[in-house]
Amino acid sequence: MTNLERTPKIRIQDLTKVFYKKQDSMTALDNISIDIADGEFVCIVGPSGCGKTTLLRILAGLENQSAGTFSIAKSSEERPLQSMVFQERGILPWLTVEENVAFGLNMRHLPASIVKERTHYFLNKVGLSKFARMYPKELSGGMKQRVSIARAFANDPEILLMDEPFGALDEQNKYILQEELLSIWSETKKTVLFITHSIDEALFLSDRILLMSSQPGKILKEIKMDLPHPRKVIDIRSNPSMAEKFLDIWSHLQEEVQESRK
Amino acid sequence: MKEVINPVVTEEREWRKQQRKGRMKAALTISSPLMLLVLWEFLSQSGLIDSRFFPPPTQIVSTFTSLLTSGELFSHMGISLFRILAGFLLGVIPGIIIGLCMGLYAPIRHFVSPLIMALMPIPTLALLPLILIVFGIGETSKIVTIAGSVFFPVVINTVAGVITIDSIYIDVAKNYGASQKDFFLKIALPGALPVMLEGIQMGQAIALLTIVAAEMMGAQSGIGYLIWTSYSAFLLKEMFVGLILISFFGYLFSLLIRALQRKLLPWR
Ligand SMILES: Nc1ncnc2c1ncn2[C@@H]1O[C@H](COP(=O)(O)OP(=O)(O)OP(=O)(O)O)[C@@H](O)[C@H]1O
Ligand SMILES: [Mg+2]
Repeated sequence: MTNLERTPKIRIQDLTKVFYKKQDSMTALDNISIDIADGEFVCIVGPSGCGKTTLLRILAGLENQSAGTFSIAKSSEERPLQSMVFQERGILPWLTVEENVAFGLNMRHLPASIVKERTHYFLNKVGLSKFARMYPKELSGGMKQRVSIARAFANDPEILLMDEPFGALDEQNKYILQEELLSIWSETKKTVLFITHSIDEALFLSDRILLMSSQPGKILKEIKMDLPHPRKVIDIRSNPSMAEKFLDIWSHLQEEVQESRK
Repeated sequence: MKEVINPVVTEEREWRKQQRKGRMKAALTISSPLMLLVLWEFLSQSGLIDSRFFPPPTQIVSTFTSLLTSGELFSHMGISLFRILAGFLLGVIPGIIIGLCMGLYAPIRHFVSPLIMALMPIPTLALLPLILIVFGIGETSKIVTIAGSVFFPVVINTVAGVITIDSIYIDVAKNYGASQKDFFLKIALPGALPVMLEGIQMGQAIALLTIVAAEMMGAQSGIGYLIWTSYSAFLLKEMFVGLILISFFGYLFSLLIRALQRKLLPWR
């Protein structure tokens, strides 16, 4: 943007989170400031325990920050601010696949016809139409995460928060779901903040990667990704500049992990 | 020469073997009570055990049919079932409501749980004299006695059911903006239901234990009364009829509640 500074979709300013327990305090997040543009797909990569989940939970309204502010720009009155895709076990076992996908819409008491239409649209998107009436116990891990993703997109929030949604999946499932996610994302133009352990995943999915330091979590570095969409997993593997970026992130993370072990 | 193996035949043989095993297990399950009855019959008939105290099962069965045809048994069964059902409902419904409130609201839980913990160990039967004084010797006192014993396992299991709901489901509800009412109906109730139903199953068993004892002590009718008066009059066949009825109802009720569990928890 040359002429006017576009207002960011998500603006996080000096966010700090301290956990306090019995005279003992621990800084999980230290002065985090991030701006994320509308429609941007941002991945956060960082060592275990650096505060990624904590950051997401604060944005999701599930936890209060100790200091600092954040804002999510609203584009429409009836749209919810954010929806979260949880790492695991995020779908409700006592609801059918269909009811799980419709959960957010039902909580907002939207008209039944709209709920039905959107639920079916996204069930179809993630290829689970045939399983609509089943309970989660009958689904595989990958299918459960699809339900979780469909639920978040169906809710049509301003932004999507994803906490390692594919962390527990096997390689192949992971690739398939990553491509699916990108295709839904490019169709819906959602702003996504995505957490992952996997450098490959971050390289494949994001417009921008944020590297976090080990505890207390700070933003160390940001890496712009300029690979065009639509992307295929194969593209990442065959692109030499990706290997370079991989090594760059890898060495940063190595340092951080070493640091946290001292 | 190599033997030709047909995989379907192999599997069919395996399947038959499994079927035979299944039938064998079913036969074992019914054979132990049958053997007991046959042994009892034999010992009692041959005088090896005193048939005045242990009348042979065949005689108990004929007593059962004569009690049944005279209509006496029906009235005892009817009144006992009524008391069990009324007392059960009077214990279960407040148990669920209070349990849910305690589970959902920590202040209520902390305020009420000492009372529950203090009252729970007192057997309701020990309070029967007091209950009789307060509620009189009518039906109310028996119903209250049963309700009192059913209430505790239900309330405790309901609270446990609510507070052990995985916190991630609570986060999901919060994240998707569930209202109080939706949270209650879509998260708390279904999430607590499995453990709650275990409590109801326990309550059912306790209701049967209580009804017999309560009817022995303060009633003029019912299966417990039948057992007690038959015993006092040394009519042991009639007493055994009562005992066997209780055991039958216990079995029937737990089957009913198991069926209810399957119906209410299709997602398990
Ligand atoms: N409720 C809490 N009370 C106290 N400490 C907490 C709490 N939640 C998180 N922490 C601490 O904050 C730090 C960051 O936790 P967080 O879950 O955000 O890490 P993470 O980056 O998501 O790790 P991972 O990649 O392993 O999921 C950890 O050291 C953790 O122990
Ligand atoms: Mg985490």
